[in-house]
Amino acid sequence: MTETRPFVEIRHAKKSYGSLEVLKDINLTVDRGEIVAIIGPSGSGKSTLLRAINDLDPLTGGEVILDGTQVNKALPHRQYEKHINQMRQQIGMVFQHFNLFPHLTVRDNVVMAPKLLKGISEDAAQKLAEEQLAHVGMLERIDYYPSQLSGGQKQRVAIARALAMKPKLMLFDEATSALDPELVEEVNQVMKTLAQEHMTMIIVTHEMEFAADVCDRVIFMDGGVVVEEGPPTVVFQNPTQPRTRDFLRKHLSQYEKEK
Amino acid sequence: MGLDFSVVPGFADALLLGVLWTIAITVAAAVLSFFGGILLAVIALYAPLLVRLPFRFFAWLFMGTPLLLQLFLIYFGLVELGIDLPAFVAGVIGLGLHFAVYNSELIQTAIVAVDRGQMEAARTLGLSRGQALVRVVIPQAVRDVIPPIGNNMIALLKDSALVSVIGVSELTLSAQLAIGRTYRPFEFYAVAAVLYYFINLGMEAVLRRIERRTQLSR
Ligand SMILES: Nc1ncnc2c1ncn2[C@@H]1O[C@H](COP(=O)(O)OP(=O)(O)OP(=O)(O)O)[C@@H](O)[C@H]1O
Ligand SMILES: [Mg+2]
Repeated sequence: MTETRPFVEIRHAKKSYGSLEVLKDINLTVDRGEIVAIIGPSGSGKSTLLRAINDLDPLTGGEVILDGTQVNKALPHRQYEKHINQMRQQIGMVFQHFNLFPHLTVRDNVVMAPKLLKGISEDAAQKLAEEQLAHVGMLERIDYYPSQLSGGQKQRVAIARALAMKPKLMLFDEATSALDPELVEEVNQVMKTLAQEHMTMIIVTHEMEFAADVCDRVIFMDGGVVVEEGPPTVVFQNPTQPRTRDFLRKHLSQYEKEK
Repeated sequence: MGLDFSVVPGFADALLLGVLWTIAITVAAAVLSFFGGILLAVIALYAPLLVRLPFRFFAWLFMGTPLLLQLFLIYFGLVELGIDLPAFVAGVIGLGLHFAVYNSELIQTAIVAVDRGQMEAARTLGLSRGQALVRVVIPQAVRDVIPPIGNNMIALLKDSALVSVIGVSELTLSAQLAIGRTYRPFEFYAVAAVLYYFINLGMEAVLRRIERRTQLSR
């Protein structure tokens, strides 16, 4: 029996904190090279879903499968740790607040994990750092510390750090929400470059314009369920669900006002 | 009988040797207390209960009893158990462990205070919990407590005088020996005090340098 499975598959994902159900049976697939935006009101479970994909917030039910391998496999503790560390090396993640390592230079932020986990040589590490930092336009800051960078620069380094592990999948949790407005574009630009290179990406965002521009598919979540999904043209211009329309009316008008 | 400091130069060599021993024991004990402090902090925070409990008892013992007594116990007491340590080694262990416990308290608090996002970012890259602690969390925690650890190290320098009682010929004991020969306690204790003060200044200079070096990494 052969079946071609989607690249990323989330099946019956459930998550509760005590009696609070944050994710209620979410099913979602992402193809290789596809770029998916997750939008929705605050508290709808977007971050929880994203963080379940690399098991940072473990699901209470359901499964996450990446390229044929279940991420949240039921294994004895020790084996599970090995397995999940292996899986996480293949899943890059970018946080709202960058979470760069302040005690390391930009170079070491990028190559610490590859050196430690892949045992690459000093020379290879230097090359990797240069290559990844050039990619995000941060090569000239290779010897700086994070404290010497602007927010946009920090986020670009954080993206380079994630890419240095050569992940199959990139997760972005509101990568530009903590940035001053004038710094948003430089980070968006880097993400657009990745899109052109067909990196598979799942992007939680509040920026509707960016989602419309870059993403192949938009997923609207509310109250722990996927309310609506489809190509941006459909979801943004002809949403079928009242909740989606409500949400977009607020957010698009906000965007209009900013302009 | 007035003061007469002219007797001091005759003991310059002995005093200088005392200074060197004081520096040696302080540096050795400081290194032990630093790495011991990290180890104790990790045990206190992450070891299973059965490991943690004996270490808690140990910490309580070292914080709740006089250092002098601890030195006696390590130097004289352990002999009965067949462990006959040289005075210098016993002094380093006593001072080092005593201050390791104090450093560990500081480091524990600092580890807990490191932003959770740091551990998350490290785990996301595929580091194990242990790797993330060693590479990401602990270096930041230690960096954050360099000033108070520095204060502990200054206290350690001053308390190093206590090892004179188990016969390490550091500065205090050197001064005492000179006094025994000259009956000039004021002169030699005063000179010793000045010498401690200079060692102290040197230590503070080193600590300030270390602090400045970590400035960018915040
Ligand atoms: N550790 C936790 N303990 C309890 N409740 C939590 C925890 N983490 C998240 N929640 C709750 O889960 C729900 C979903 O949170 P989540 O962070 O996924 O929302 P979100 O869609 O990312 O929102 P935002 O747009 O504000 O980032 C919220 O109601 C939140 O309060
Ligand atoms: Mg969120």
